[in-house]
Amino acid sequence: MGTLLRTSFSDPGVLPRATPDEAADLERQIDIANGTSSGGYRPPPRTKEVIINGQTVKLKYCFTCKIFRPPRASHCSLCDNCVERFDHHCPWVGNCVGKRNYRFFYMFILSLSFLTVFILAFVITHVILRSQQTGFLNALKDSPASVLEAVVCFFSVWSIVGLSGFHTYLISSNQTTNEDIKGSWSNKRGKENYNPYSYGNIFTNCCVALCGPISPSLIDRRGYIQPDTPQPAAPSNGIAAYGATQSQSDMAAATPLLQSEPSLTSDELHLPGKPGLGTPCASLTLGQPTPPSSMPNLTAEAALTDILPLKEEHVGHQFLTPEEAPSPPRMLAGSPLAHSRTMHVLGLASQDSLHEDSVRGLVKLSSV
Amino acid sequence: MEVHNLQELRRSASLATKVFIQRDYSDGTICQFQTKFPPELDSRIERQLFEETVKTLNSFYAEAEKIGGSSYLEGCLACATAYFIFLCMETHYEKVLKKISRYIQEQNEKIFAPRGLLLTDPVERGMRVVSFLAVLCKGPELPTGGFLGEDTQK
Repeated sequence: MGTLLRTSFSDPGVLPRATPDEAADLERQIDIANGTSSGGYRPPPRTKEVIINGQTVKLKYCFTCKIFRPPRASHCSLCDNCVERFDHHCPWVGNCVGKRNYRFFYMFILSLSFLTVFILAFVITHVILRSQQTGFLNALKDSPASVLEAVVCFFSVWSIVGLSGFHTYLISSNQTTNEDIKGSWSNKRGKENYNPYSYGNIFTNCCVALCGPISPSLIDRRGYIQPDTPQPAAPSNGIAAYGATQSQSDMAAATPLLQSEPSLTSDELHLPGKPGLGTPCASLTLGQPTPPSSMPNLTAEAALTDILPLKEEHVGHQFLTPEEAPSPPRMLAGSPLAHSRTMHVLGLASQDSLHEDSVRGLVKLSSV
Repeated sequence: MEVHNLQELRRSASLATKVFIQRDYSDGTICQFQTKFPPELDSRIERQLFEETVKTLNSFYAEAEKIGGSSYLEGCLACATAYFIFLCMETHYEKVLKKISRYIQEQNEKIFAPRGLLLTDPVERGMRVVSFLAVLCKGPELPTGGFLGEDTQK
């Protein structure tokens, strides 16, 4: 249970989105590299090649997060975030499995497989003991639940033990599910293809995956969203929330492209329920990074002119939602709407200072 | 006083031009930044100084992510205590990150602020970039004129 909870609720290694300045800088560099001015049509997907340990690895540019993804990172459409060392998105756990929570996931499935084997063994023992007294069919009649249990356990054992075995293999060869499925490092692609991340030694690979250092979370899941400069003309340039919003998760999942964002802004404007502004600029101490948004159901888009002040009653709610972030965000659509409050707009002057120190790129170490 | 000045610099950072130093993935997924000298900083800082700073940062990150006996022990201990131990102590990685913040603060005070630059901590940018903010000269907020140099034109 502990490992399940830990897997579900810990940050898998989400990469925060780029600040608008960074994004602009990158775009400029890409344009220089391509030597073209795009002139309105979407340029081809941008990639950068890097040589890691002798293997050429392509780094892809993520249009949603506006960054070049580090090697082994991938964008999860369900969570709408780039995740480091992306393994897979586990619906059972309701979270992505990535660098930071892989070991918890592995311990979860391992303990679960022991549990299922244990239960299956004892159910069978129970039935056998009973049938020694009363005969097989009578034993089954006396405890019908055992039959059900045995059937469920039997199938679970095959699937879960299989999964554990598969992940054991992945850990020992230091691959992610993603890489294995795509066959990125398989020998079938070519003789020279090998996994550049593997340490060569099974034992080392296991130790690193399970006992290596965990980097702290790069996102602040308890902070309040700070609004961006309210410029209705500008299309939203990156999304402050690192989790997905309800409407956005649908749209972003389908089309994680820049074109989807302007259409979202009108959506966002209509949604009154945007908890999240928070602590007004006075409380921003500029010496420290201000906590960015990490509310999954929020975006502080540039087009948003209405920002809701956060009331105390929201606090409880705020803490609830990051927890629920891993589970499909669509479920939370109703609640922020119910808490809508009066809107107020921050002055532009404060917006400037906020804009730089605020949300999108800035992160704070969180305890998880 | 020094900190106050840095805060002033940050406030006026909205008027600044920014130079971003991206991650260098040639050694894999470990956290490293490119030591290539960006041309925009040519007039602001010596190449040597820049490289030294970035290399020191890289070495700090390497230390944080180092896998070896002590990190394994920490991991196993944490596992054995069901990770409750992290309520009491911070991970090695977090300790190094604190060291890095202190180092960056020092560097800003001693070296970069006098040149009108501000180095941001990569952890604030999701470990994607190290950014140098070249702060423009702006009037009343700044205590002394000594901090800033010329405008940066891009």
